[in-house]
Amino acid sequence: MSDAAIAIETSPALLEVKDLAVEFDTYGGVVKAVRGVGFKVEQGKTLAIVGESGCGKSVTVQSMMGLIPMPPGRITSGTARLRGREVLGRNTIDGKQIRGAEVGMIFQDPMTSLNPTMTIGDQIAEPLQVHKGYSYRRAFDEAIRLLELSKIPEAEKRAKQYPFEFSGGMLQRAMIAMAISCRPSILIADEPTTALDVTIQAQILDLMHDMQRETGMAIILITHDLGVVARMADEVAVMYAGKIVEHGTVSDIFYKSAHPYTLGLKEAMPTNDPSKQHELKPIEGSPPDLFSAPRGCGYCARCPYAMQICEKGHPDSFIVGERHSSCCWLHHEDSTCRPEDLYFRDHG
Amino acid sequence: MTELVEAVDLTRYFDLGRNQRVHAVENVSLSVGEREIVGLVGESGSGKTTFGKTLVGLHAKSSGVVTFRGEILPQKYHPADFQRLATKMQMIFQDPYSSLNPRMTIGEIISEGLKLHTNLSAGSLKEKVAEWLEQVGLKADHMSRYPHEFSGGQRQRIGIARALILEPEFVVCDEPISALDVSVQAQVINLLGELKERMGLTLLFIAHDLSMVRYVSDRMAVMYLGSLMEVGKADEVYFSPKHPYTEVLIGSNPEADPKLERNRPSTTIQGEIPSPVNVSPGCRFSSRCPKAMDHCHKVTPELIVLKDVDRQVACHLYT
Repeated sequence: MSDAAIAIETSPALLEVKDLAVEFDTYGGVVKAVRGVGFKVEQGKTLAIVGESGCGKSVTVQSMMGLIPMPPGRITSGTARLRGREVLGRNTIDGKQIRGAEVGMIFQDPMTSLNPTMTIGDQIAEPLQVHKGYSYRRAFDEAIRLLELSKIPEAEKRAKQYPFEFSGGMLQRAMIAMAISCRPSILIADEPTTALDVTIQAQILDLMHDMQRETGMAIILITHDLGVVARMADEVAVMYAGKIVEHGTVSDIFYKSAHPYTLGLKEAMPTNDPSKQHELKPIEGSPPDLFSAPRGCGYCARCPYAMQICEKGHPDSFIVGERHSSCCWLHHEDSTCRPEDLYFRDHG
Repeated sequence: MTELVEAVDLTRYFDLGRNQRVHAVENVSLSVGEREIVGLVGESGSGKTTFGKTLVGLHAKSSGVVTFRGEILPQKYHPADFQRLATKMQMIFQDPYSSLNPRMTIGEIISEGLKLHTNLSAGSLKEKVAEWLEQVGLKADHMSRYPHEFSGGQRQRIGIARALILEPEFVVCDEPISALDVSVQAQVINLLGELKERMGLTLLFIAHDLSMVRYVSDRMAVMYLGSLMEVGKADEVYFSPKHPYTEVLIGSNPEADPKLERNRPSTTIQGEIPSPVNVSPGCRFSSRCPKAMDHCHKVTPELIVLKDVDRQVACHLYT
């Protein structure tokens, strides 16, 4: 108890995750999906977690929400403190308190994450009844207000409809309405716009931004789209093979990339700067198999700058700027090549 | 440049019964020159895939014609037409997970076309498949494996090998990269680019990633609700769109550059693409268009050629 009280005083972070590791038992063996991840989220700020499919970004947030099926899943180490209160692990989780009330979550595929047999209004009203003890009538009225807030036209009529009567964009709005119904302090958005068209994506991102400004909630945005990151994020964590390889402010990540993987991602995308026309440089190969987690840096097999040491041991996190850190041996004082050199070599 | 494939007023309806008709593609005229890459963009439900499939004969045409090197192709393909034309036109499909038969080995999948169209012996078939597996960056001994043993990027390469082994002249690539991760997208794009150079391919590149389409294509065509809105040189369309819909589409495409992205004017529009069932007259985009006039709701604009720039636009602002 006293520990938690101290944590509240000393840590300004709303959520602090340290050394999180998650494994899954499968027929093929143990998959080490998340291998020691740590980050902080501050009030009113947006943290983007970026990475390829299979890098562990969804598992990271699902473990905080208690959404990992155990078994086969297993949280092998780590802490996640929300306002100083531990939320990880079976014994400490009071699922109902965290899910919905303190943390709201929206999922990638709105078509399959809503209950097809309940009306939209009832689904949004449910968390209000559970967490706030509202009567059904009052919760349903609040649901209509939330739908209006999410800019769904004819909210009153829409609240009585079922998910199949909604389009993808509208369902995602309904899901946002549900996620913020109990005024959570954090909204976790797991690829919220991946299934949507760009015009609808822009609408949903604007909506999330407006909601954040009004309620002051923090957002953890999981995505693989660097364009979405550029638009939304304050801070960015780049994940690869179950670890965060680079962490920094959005301008650190985009303009002073310090990790070869982040650089590689940017080189692999077309830019829309008419003055620059660069060849797409793909990252050759594919991510490592997490059945047998690599001993060294997970990226070294694909890294054009890999050195001998990269295969042998995983690099520590090196501080490269005020709020900017990168896990790469190139930052070690004995390295002959500095990451700044890489950056300027690639960008003239 | 001579035209290789040309669609004139191509239309494809799907009848749902009870007087309901999906106007999937309506009066689309688009030509693809020899060795050209034309990018086709638009929201989901705009008819891009239906257009591509109709072009290669996987859907019968409701009306309109498609010509290939000046020859008018049949309205509905019969097996003999496929037999004849499959060596000239091919398609790479969007979803690398559902477009490969899970019960066939990679060797069988890739060689099936060759078996049907050539009289190669089993030995030389195998050689050819091995050669193509290497060409698309896989290994020859992958031949005996099944699709589930491959990742998305690898499956897409298998799809590419299957389409290109017959050495077609024209290939419709239907969202070949949208199911793939960023780092793998570039691999597939560069592979397509190399093969295009080497084989002299002509491509219709269907995608919704505007930055990628601009990067890949010579010309860009924008579709909305079954109709063409704008056609022009890819760079010019991207940087100076004329049609209000193109403006919105490009304005909504997030740029991977925080300064650029946060400083540009917002072009978000409300609403969603309407249902293509029983479309009312008037411009297709008029219900969401920020610049719509009374006229737009009544009269369908024709695709016209703008005078001073090399551009076709279907919008009443320019008539």
